Amino acid sequence: MRFALHAQLNTLLTQGGVAAQDFSTEPPSLHIAIAQWKATAKLAREARLRLVALWAAAEDESFTIHAAFAQKDHGYALASTTLDAHANTFPSITPYYVAAARMERVIHDLFGLIPDGHPDTRPWLKHEHWPANAFPLRKSFAAATQLPRVEGRYRFIEAEGDGVYEIPVGPVHAGIIEPGHFRFLAVGEQILNLEERLGYVHKGIEKAMEGRDVPAGARLAARVSGDATVAHSWAYCQAAEQAAGLEIPPRAAALRALLCERERLANHIGDIGAVCNDAAWSFMHMQCQRLREDLARSHLQLFGHRLLMDCIQPGGVTRNVDNDGIRQLLTQTRAVAAEMRELYDTYENHTPIRERVIDSGVVTTADAADIGLLGYAGRSAEQDCDARRDAAYAPYDRHPPRVAVCRGGDVAARLWVRFAEIQDSARLIDTLLRELPDGAVYTGWHTPQDAGCGFAVIESWRGEIVTWLRLTAHGAIDRCHIRDPSMINWLGLELAAREVPVPDFPLNNKSFNCSYSGHDL
Amino acid sequence: MKIFRKILRTGVITETPASPEAEIEDLGKRISAIIQRRYRGSLAIRQVDAGSCNACELEIHALNNPYYDLERFGIHFVASPRHADMLLVTGPVTRNMETALKMTLAAVAEPTLVVAAGDCAACGGEFGVSYASLGAVNNVIPVDAVIRGCPPTPLSLLQGLLAALGRRT
Repeated sequence: MRFALHAQLNTLLTQGGVAAQDFSTEPPSLHIAIAQWKATAKLAREARLRLVALWAAAEDESFTIHAAFAQKDHGYALASTTLDAHANTFPSITPYYVAAARMERVIHDLFGLIPDGHPDTRPWLKHEHWPANAFPLRKSFAAATQLPRVEGRYRFIEAEGDGVYEIPVGPVHAGIIEPGHFRFLAVGEQILNLEERLGYVHKGIEKAMEGRDVPAGARLAARVSGDATVAHSWAYCQAAEQAAGLEIPPRAAALRALLCERERLANHIGDIGAVCNDAAWSFMHMQCQRLREDLARSHLQLFGHRLLMDCIQPGGVTRNVDNDGIRQLLTQTRAVAAEMRELYDTYENHTPIRERVIDSGVVTTADAADIGLLGYAGRSAEQDCDARRDAAYAPYDRHPPRVAVCRGGDVAARLWVRFAEIQDSARLIDTLLRELPDGAVYTGWHTPQDAGCGFAVIESWRGEIVTWLRLTAHGAIDRCHIRDPSMINWLGLELAAREVPVPDFPLNNKSFNCSYSGHDL
Repeated sequence: MKIFRKILRTGVITETPASPEAEIEDLGKRISAIIQRRYRGSLAIRQVDAGSCNACELEIHALNNPYYDLERFGIHFVASPRHADMLLVTGPVTRNMETALKMTLAAVAEPTLVVAAGDCAACGGEFGVSYASLGAVNNVIPVDAVIRGCPPTPLSLLQGLLAALGRRT
């Protein structure tokens, strides 16, 4: 994990007149007086740091607000501030970072802390039927509390004018997909504005983490977003291992990367098919679903689970691979990569699909930078960001990815990045398997005796996942914050949809494929 | 032409009794027979995610891939509850999905078969009952059959569907 940005942020703040208390612990962090929280965000923004995550935690007498920043080649930096005792407001940094908007609304919903200066104070995860004074992430709130339902109304953005109409969609969508609500303002076929209303699958994951021991929390982490179960497990375990000062064996790290790259392959392939299917090209869909199933079957055979769920545990991985398994994985990965090269060629020369994807749903480079768009969505709009390289966690410090970046920011560009990443994942899998270190794959989990903290970043197939974990002196989870890339990328879809006619929305939605569950937690 | 070549070379991979997953074909035939008899050859399923982590959805999707090709047995997924004979519900039911789930059930014409798929839908799974989760689907709407698994594999989904249909014969 690379924290070079920590020292740089400290210097930046000092030069800008902000005094920060420097905690050079693991992970290092800067503590800032609440009066200078806004100035901190302003300086970070001016220095073009990306806002990674923003979250709160309950302390004995008060609350702390935490922020993580990143910059290419310099890794990550953490900052925090403490609210005055009994105060329930904190300065909003949304004026400097668009991506902070929803994160601060979540803090408002779950902690009852008001972001002062926030332009939009509507509840976000907390739907209209929640009592106003229920704040689940406060320590005084019992997880099992049964809340009464109250009457309420969510005010969507409205538009006036000749021919402007609204299309409400969801939460139950017309397919086998997660629930969420989309409110379109449209004129004729053209979308004027898309407003997302999420939170339908809020399961209280962060609250459910509290009080669990680390191994029990791992089961929950694996179910934050089932399609990225490997990456979420990895982020959680890495944070826990950092908090406990636990090193995992090199073979375990290599196998984690192997599982993560296989998950990337399966999802990229499945989604490429699904995007094409939303443009009525079922040929590609069937080919891709076939390959995805081939991968799932190998996973069941070699790792005991089709989606690789629960294979990563604190202290290592649950399954080893023998030489036969290595050979099987090598052969299959190479074959799948070759088929995807062939299918890319077909895709590139198939005019009907190209017509639909080129120039559809553009996110400009400037907008992508503004919101800190992640994963393939970001990289397709020139955001050269990949945690495998930028955080350089093992084994990617020895096997860095070749990050595929392009311009365009449309459906075609998002697809291009994913086709490219399939090939690079296959290359990485090949290297990882051929150079697999010998030794153990699991060290066991030892409950740490001291309180500790961990901050981990993992590049999932969807983009950067962040997990921040704080353990009590008895090794139980005091607070666990998870930031799925969807927390940011849903904003990208809202921007993209403004360029799109209504019938092309599903195509665009699928090209982002944000997680509802990972966002709603 | 490339597309045709690829299709020809891929061939038909839909599984038959000769393949290692012989059960699929066998299960499918038994399901088909019931669907012929009770649903005039076509069973329409409306899938509702009431709070799942999306893993169940991936496996339900897999039922439509060319290996399983569920449609050949007369089962298809529909976009509206108005067209459905069965609700296939996943996830612990979140508090925020409670109303939507009840409204979806109300929109289905009687008689409705409700199947809860996955451990969360069956018993609340890892999430249980909390301020945000109401736990099992059965806590919110009446359930006719349950399919266990985290997530259930396509094969256990098929077995579960057969069991659910069998109950009503």
